[in-house]
Amino acid sequence: MTHGLLLAATRVDQGVFLASAVIVLSGAIGVVVSANPVHAALSLVMTLFGIAVLFVAQEAHFLAAVQVIVYAGAIVVLFLFVIMLIGVDRAEDIRREPLRGQRPVAVLLGLVALAEIVLLSRGGDWVTGAPSLGGRASGEGTNVEKLAESIFTRYMFAFEITSVLLIIAVVGAVVLVRRPPPPVRRRDPDDEPVAAVAPGGPADGGNGP
Amino acid sequence: MTVGAEWYLYLAAAVFTIGAVGLLVRRNVLVMFMCVELMLNAVNLTFVTFARELDDIGGQSLVFFVLVVAAAEVVVGLGIIVSIFRRRAGATADDLHLLKG
Repeated sequence: MTHGLLLAATRVDQGVFLASAVIVLSGAIGVVVSANPVHAALSLVMTLFGIAVLFVAQEAHFLAAVQVIVYAGAIVVLFLFVIMLIGVDRAEDIRREPLRGQRPVAVLLGLVALAEIVLLSRGGDWVTGAPSLGGRASGEGTNVEKLAESIFTRYMFAFEITSVLLIIAVVGAVVLVRRPPPPVRRRDPDDEPVAAVAPGGPADGGNGP
Repeated sequence: MTVGAEWYLYLAAAVFTIGAVGLLVRRNVLVMFMCVELMLNAVNLTFVTFARELDDIGGQSLVFFVLVVAAAEVVVGLGIIVSIFRRRAGATADDLHLLKG
């Protein structure tokens, strides 16, 4: 009886893994091969959801929720926003190969890297087997409690640093996309008006469309 | 703990490889950026798998920090892309050769 239940649970787990693996891989391939950036972004959403399911399957419940909210929610929406803002939602001609022979070489390099990773993971004993430096992942308590305890005790300093990082990112984004101020036109009655020229000339494009 | 950790690692390696190949092959800057996100997610999957395999919550904490760094990276990167496209519309990665000697 118990054996049968265990077997059924195993089947369910394997089915979940297989289904999410198919979703993740097809989404990843969709990101690479789709000509339209909007389709690529939607394929990215598919991959992110699949990875969130795999997080749940490995008892990382909080990270699965954050994955859906932050990645599939915020980041992909930001991508779509930029795609619509700068108007590159036209399909790209991906048939044309700008650099001859680049694609086969790239795919070959990718396959070599994959084979290398798989070989390394099969060969070496690179796991030291020293567990639980930051606390145990299983046992008493929920996943959120254990993750919070780890972050707010052992990784407290790193957590504070991330807030600085986020502020730097916000300031950087504002500085990057801020339009330069319009050139100041002098109002001097004795002088003839000076034609103000934007620094860098018209190629600078500071005035925008 | 019924599906072995190695299968998760193989899947993560495959997603990482697809992302890397996409980064090499594509010319659209935004799609290249999405491929970077694919690679980051593959690494996150590896971290969570090892957190389960070694029974160590530190792997999941690290995924948390990777998420924060990825969000910051996306904000700055998209800002750069917007400011590039404001200067030259429809630019691909091949058109950005101002620094070429």
